Amino acid sequence: MTVVFKKTPVLRDVPLHYCPGCGHGIVHRMVSEVIEELGIQDKCAGVAPVGCAVFAYNYFDVDMYEAAHGRAPAVATGFKRVHPDHYIFTYQGDGDLASIGTAEIVHAAHRGEKITTIFINNAIYGMTGGQMAPTTLVGQKTTTSPLGRDKDHCGEPIRMAEMLATISGSAFIARCALNSTPNLIKTKAAIKKAFETQIARKGFSMVEILSPCPTNWGKSPAEAMDWIADAMIPYYPLGTFKEV
Amino acid sequence: MAKKLMKGCEAIAEAAIQAGCRYFFGYPITPQNDIPEYMSLRLPQVGGCFLQAESELAAINMVYGAGGAGARVMTSSSSPGISLKQEGISTCAAAEIPCVVVNMMRGGPGLGNIQASQGDYFQAVKGGGHGDYHLIVYAPSSIQEACDMMQKAFDVADQYRTPVMILADGLIGQMMEPVELKTNPDLVLPEKPWAATGYTPGGKKPRSVLNSLYIETEDLDQLLERLFARYAVIEANEQMWETYNTEGAEYILCAYGTVARVCKAAIRILGEQGVKAGLVRPISLWPFPSKAVHDAIVQDSVKEALTVEVSSGQMVEDIRLAVNGERPVQFMGKAGSYIPTAEEIAERILQMRRG
Repeated sequence: MTVVFKKTPVLRDVPLHYCPGCGHGIVHRMVSEVIEELGIQDKCAGVAPVGCAVFAYNYFDVDMYEAAHGRAPAVATGFKRVHPDHYIFTYQGDGDLASIGTAEIVHAAHRGEKITTIFINNAIYGMTGGQMAPTTLVGQKTTTSPLGRDKDHCGEPIRMAEMLATISGSAFIARCALNSTPNLIKTKAAIKKAFETQIARKGFSMVEILSPCPTNWGKSPAEAMDWIADAMIPYYPLGTFKEV
Repeated sequence: MAKKLMKGCEAIAEAAIQAGCRYFFGYPITPQNDIPEYMSLRLPQVGGCFLQAESELAAINMVYGAGGAGARVMTSSSSPGISLKQEGISTCAAAEIPCVVVNMMRGGPGLGNIQASQGDYFQAVKGGGHGDYHLIVYAPSSIQEACDMMQKAFDVADQYRTPVMILADGLIGQMMEPVELKTNPDLVLPEKPWAATGYTPGGKKPRSVLNSLYIETEDLDQLLERLFARYAVIEANEQMWETYNTEGAEYILCAYGTVARVCKAAIRILGEQGVKAGLVRPISLWPFPSKAVHDAIVQDSVKEALTVEVSSGQMVEDIRLAVNGERPVQFMGKAGSYIPTAEEIAERILQMRRG
């Protein structure tokens, strides 16, 4: 029998806790594959967030930190300053990175901190039960915007990739999506590019990934993929916003 | 080594470096700015790294990252900044990260003032952050003692895998005193096989998971049992205190930090008037030297004790717990950074004597 596909060893053999149709499993695999392909597993560490990916420290077979809510870039900074020849990534959701952790992510980018951030944007708080995120679309119903997000009441969704791309310390900033095969291929390539940016010590790197949350969006997995294309991508354009 | 006249903050910073500290993350706040300023120049000279964080929150989380990576690391701040750091201090206690946090206390609550104070005793000793945990807390009463304490602080932090706090009133940071800084060229730092230093599957070192989340009841219970078993060892082995003139004293003063020195001056004034008074000074505020305090106060000769603090009365609760009603314990102190004079303290004892 010929092996045509096998799991990357950087992903540990434990059951994932994610909901059916969630994007986290896909991104976990891509990050793990990139770490394997770049041959940096023994010099790499990761920082898990507070949010749905809170248990990510169980999944990646590298040294892992669990950070307090939003503080992952600061924790990664501490590690990187002690081990400048090692590599570290933060794995953060939109509540973690774009709400409570804005100071930490902006200043990690501002310092040109040589870390890689994987930013999962699913336009909602998943783990706490579907509350409004800074990235929730106008009109989108959540448990704390039951009539739909009203921009006059709480503003329009925040575009983190565009914002961080304006900062001089950022070396690679891209936004990708998980809704189609071509976009999956581009997402994996962007993650690889982000880690390569860190290895080349060019500065801060981040990949924002539009990712489905069928459970809290009240959609089937297939409908959720369509909603990324129909509702999210028009507001969150895909592409590379900064590359040094 | 000859004595050198140094400002407290700078002496503490240099002593930390001599104790093996190579990483400092902090945010400016008065009255402790001389620590980060000194570190910003000195740490690069010894192959370390100083980084000014965007906030106290970020600074303590950088400490978490660096301490978790195996380094000797420190941060410093003053009262309102220490409040901001509590999230990270609780995290470091739970994730068993050795680190040293210096608090140059100023007046509170809120923004308070920028003068010396002892209003953060409860915060330092009774928790500060959320959850069941302790910090080891040391309170220096001179710059020399603060310097000597830094080596001890980093050593016990590593030994017990716990954050350690140096709780100093702002006077310690701002005044100048002659100090002898001990150099330690043969310093050997302990191995930290638990630290995030790189992991090879199948290799000798286990994968590091630095974590404060234990979602299963049984798992959190296990962590707390482990922490509290360790705290019991700390309580048994790490109590520090000073007694001065206590044997056969009629009155015992209880104080920590700079105020304890004012108490010694008061004891001399009282002695000149034929009143024998002594002092018991907790140096480790946690673990609290309860037995030493008890034994100093509960002796036949002692009529009453007086606790003196630059607060509205915080450590006095632990003094009373230690004495457990066997002697009256009175309190003298004012918040708002008012440091009592030796004459005022002596007069208070004379009043107590007159009844």
